Amino acid sequence: MARQKAIFVERRSYRRRRMIDGLRLLPFVGLFLWFVPLLWTDAGPDGVSTADAIIFIFGIWVSLVAATAFLTRRALGEDDNPPTGDL
Amino acid sequence: MATLNVLVAVCLAYVAFLFAVAFAAERAALRGRTNWLRSPIVYTLSLSIYCTAWTFYGAVGYAARSGLEYLTIYIGPSLVMFGWWWILRKLVRIGRSQRITSIADLISSRYGKSNLLAVGVTLLAVIGTTPYIALQLQSVTLSFEVFADVQSGGEEIAGQGSNALLVALGLTLFTIIFGTRNLDVNERHHGVVMAIAVEAVVKLFALLAVGVFVVWGIGGGFASTLERIDASEIGMWQMSGDRWASLIFLSAAAFLCLPRMFQVMVVENEDEGHLRTASWAFPAYLMVMSLFVVPIAVVGLELLPTGSNPDLFVLTLPLATGNEGLAMLSFLGGFSSATSMVIVAALALATMVSNHIVMPIWLSANGSGVQMSGDVRNVVIMARRVSIGAVVGLGYLYYQFSGGGTALASIGLISFAGVAQFLPVLLGGIFWRGATRPGAFTGLTVGFLVWAYSLLLPSFGTGAMLSEQIMTAGPFGIGWLRPQAFFGIEGLDPLVHAIFWSISLNTFAFVAVSLITFPSPLERLQGAQFVNVFEHSQGPRSWSGSVGQSEDLMIMAQRIIGAREAQALFEREAQRQGVSGFLPEPSPDFLHALERELSGSVGAATAHAMIGQIVGGASVSVEDLMAVADETAQMMEYSSQLEAKSEEQARTARQLRQANEKLTQISVQKDNFLSQVSHELRTPMTSIRAFSEILRDSDKLSEAEKVKYSSIIHDEAVRLTRLLDDLLDLSVLENGQVNLNVQKGMLSDLLDHAVATALTGSGIDSLKVTRRRASEAVALHTDLERLSQVFINLIANAQKYCDADQPELTIEVGRTDETLVIDFIDNGAGITKEEQAVIFEKFSRVGAQKAKGAGLGLAICREVMARLDGSVQYLPGQGGAAFRVTLPDRVALAAE
Amino acid sequence: MTKRVLLIEDEPNIIEAISFILSRDGWEVATHSNGHDAMDAVRRRSPDLVILDVMLPGKSGFEILRELRDDPETDGLPVLMLTARGQNKDREMAEKAGASRFMTKPFSNSDVIEAVRDLVAG
Repeated sequence: MARQKAIFVERRSYRRRRMIDGLRLLPFVGLFLWFVPLLWTDAGPDGVSTADAIIFIFGIWVSLVAATAFLTRRALGEDDNPPTGDL
Repeated sequence: MATLNVLVAVCLAYVAFLFAVAFAAERAALRGRTNWLRSPIVYTLSLSIYCTAWTFYGAVGYAARSGLEYLTIYIGPSLVMFGWWWILRKLVRIGRSQRITSIADLISSRYGKSNLLAVGVTLLAVIGTTPYIALQLQSVTLSFEVFADVQSGGEEIAGQGSNALLVALGLTLFTIIFGTRNLDVNERHHGVVMAIAVEAVVKLFALLAVGVFVVWGIGGGFASTLERIDASEIGMWQMSGDRWASLIFLSAAAFLCLPRMFQVMVVENEDEGHLRTASWAFPAYLMVMSLFVVPIAVVGLELLPTGSNPDLFVLTLPLATGNEGLAMLSFLGGFSSATSMVIVAALALATMVSNHIVMPIWLSANGSGVQMSGDVRNVVIMARRVSIGAVVGLGYLYYQFSGGGTALASIGLISFAGVAQFLPVLLGGIFWRGATRPGAFTGLTVGFLVWAYSLLLPSFGTGAMLSEQIMTAGPFGIGWLRPQAFFGIEGLDPLVHAIFWSISLNTFAFVAVSLITFPSPLERLQGAQFVNVFEHSQGPRSWSGSVGQSEDLMIMAQRIIGAREAQALFEREAQRQGVSGFLPEPSPDFLHALERELSGSVGAATAHAMIGQIVGGASVSVEDLMAVADETAQMMEYSSQLEAKSEEQARTARQLRQANEKLTQISVQKDNFLSQVSHELRTPMTSIRAFSEILRDSDKLSEAEKVKYSSIIHDEAVRLTRLLDDLLDLSVLENGQVNLNVQKGMLSDLLDHAVATALTGSGIDSLKVTRRRASEAVALHTDLERLSQVFINLIANAQKYCDADQPELTIEVGRTDETLVIDFIDNGAGITKEEQAVIFEKFSRVGAQKAKGAGLGLAICREVMARLDGSVQYLPGQGGAAFRVTLPDRVALAAE
Repeated sequence: MTKRVLLIEDEPNIIEAISFILSRDGWEVATHSNGHDAMDAVRRRSPDLVILDVMLPGKSGFEILRELRDDPETDGLPVLMLTARGQNKDREMAEKAGASRFMTKPFSNSDVIEAVRDLVAG
């Protein structure tokens, strides 16, 4: 039983570490996605309409907010004891 | 109909409400009820001072002019918040552990508590922020004008400038009241934070209300609004990629570096955990703030007459459609945006100005009289107040002199670019231990020069600051130094050009100079502290003081952090050290803690200087020590200090134990001695008493018995007397009170006398003494009587204890290099090894049967010989008992 | 019937004094002057009373007393301890070891006689 419990704890802290990895990665994902408009051609008939651009950019925004909220909660729990060191 | 008067009334009511909120928050904080004041939500809302009037009004104008580019201003900070684990978490931890009061304090603290650097950062921050404050004042004035215009039908209202002045005065008053109420060691202002949180809600609500009105009230719903957008002037994605990328970077950098952002994000942070909520909640706030900007811009462009100022669409759209209530709400939103920015910016700048400019000047003007002169606390608060007034006043002046024209509109991004120059030094400081003070100084200088030259000065218009000549041909005709085409690279957007070159040259200079310079010890320590803040939150041990300075420190601390707080701090520390009263030892730990407390009030560099004044140059030697040690070695040094300390304690304990053992031993010896003396005295007295009673009480004694018993009494009395003589003699000898009676004499004569005396009264054959007279021809110059006493004792001992059938004593005199040696050797059984060890002790007697002596003889001999600078020892391996008496050569004169 | 006293003491003059006063009082006094074989002397002579000095060559009076008390043959024998070291510690030790009476030197002759009479009578 003790053995199983140990595995459980390990797995939990492993999860937390991966969640923090995700947190670290998130700004770069955001930067990458928000740099996609750089690829869009400027004006002209093939251009992206502002409405589409708005939906794209705000879509990223909503996703990032949700992802950060999720990861922060999962990685650090809802308790008031954030881990002190880099995991 | 909304009149200007109603607007003024609403505005005043709103201001009164803010005062009330701030006041209530301060009261609650004073009573310790800070829970609801300090929720993660309040923290998140307080971050919204990022959204100033420039974004409240200006974002719509920006969108009307440049499409979606305005989003970059919100995307940058969002990315920083999403990446909080990287930078903000560290900044907040450092801010808390080092009691950082401002960004200038952070940079100065990181680079060896350099005040020069702090002054530089402060000045640059003031330069970068003043136009921004002017912009806020302008926005309030402009929004007033909008209402006034509507009311008066376009007539010019007199005294619009006085609006700005009134606003400036009001803001100064608010900031002074709630920003310098108390000199909190944590530099936290509950009232201010609560008020700006409320304002954050108001401005979000106002913008949302306008947005909802525009989309669903005018635009006809979500889908049709999107269609309107596509059909409008900004309907097509028109964005230069360079600006998109640069502005995202710029706003992210500014978000980290703006003094006011640093104030709310790091300094006012109560709990690191709040950052977790803010990491997603603040980007969400920004997103909502920017959500309706494009629809408002599009609808405004559509409905309002051409030439209307798009910066004011948020106000003019509701007004134009007759929704004056909404317009008023919108006005309050803009007013909130402007005021909260000015309040926090003034507070942050005032902290920097008073801590890094006013206080150092005041301190140096007052010299070493920190303890003598008035209440430093009051000086700090006054400095803070004057600084607030000066900062807001500067903003007002800037507004007045720039004429409130369109030049201000672009100042937002220029200001961003200015404070972004802190970024390399800031990030380098918290991530790279190799960053040095000269590097930071060079980087900042280069960055700001490039920024001013390529962006700030040209922004005033060609010919205003920089001549046409310089703009097109470069200074002194040097083409590659043209302000907007460095190194001849033309065609860049001026803003992108300035950002690119200022930040890259800044970073390059910072890194390059850091690489070739060597940091001071304190800098290296602080660097390690900042970069490795998560590994150890211990401070550098740079102080060492001596007792007696505690009182001075206390006097100073009372003046800065307040009497009650200082006393509590000192008492707590004293208790921790196990000292009673208020004055703890000024241990390095305590001094460091005190320095941190003080730096919460006056900044790191000033606190360092103040403590330095009292403790003296002690820090220098420690710094020198540190020079040879990197922080690992420092840790080791600390632990070895601990070790040394515990070693010292162990040594002391050992000494104490030894002393205790010795005392116990001496006590035991004394007891034994007394007990021995008692025994030796009582034994003869027993016989004397018994026989004298017999003689007294019995009449039938024969004459022979009477004689016998009387002589026993006599003998025992003699024995008692001898014992007392011996004891007295020994006591005198041991106490060194003996006076030597130095005489000249021959050794042979002395021995003759001794043998004769020792053997008196015994049979002639009791002991045969063998001597070699030739060798005894030595003239002596010493206390002959004492020496004779020793000889007699040794000969008598031989006579008493030699157990041979025909006892024989050989006395041999010889000389070694520098000593005269006289050996007394008998032919008895000798003395066993165990007995040899004790024969010279008092009351030790060899052999089973009791001899007449009390066992003091050899002890006396030893003392006597010690007085004569010689010795008496047992000489083993001579066949019988053998004693060797040695005398130094100088007492033995040559026979001739 | 004459009572027998064994005096274990090493100081010749004290032996002489005690022997004199006790024999004059009608006791038969035997003497012994060292600690080594004091036990043997007690067994050999089986006295009615032992007068025991504390400081004896070879073996201390306390040790002899303890041996006497450990021996069932002699554990009831009255023992008068004499000591020249007038310390309370000695008195305590003597009482602990089972001495019937304890006297400090120098003593008065009548006290010795009285003590010896008491001990044998009791």
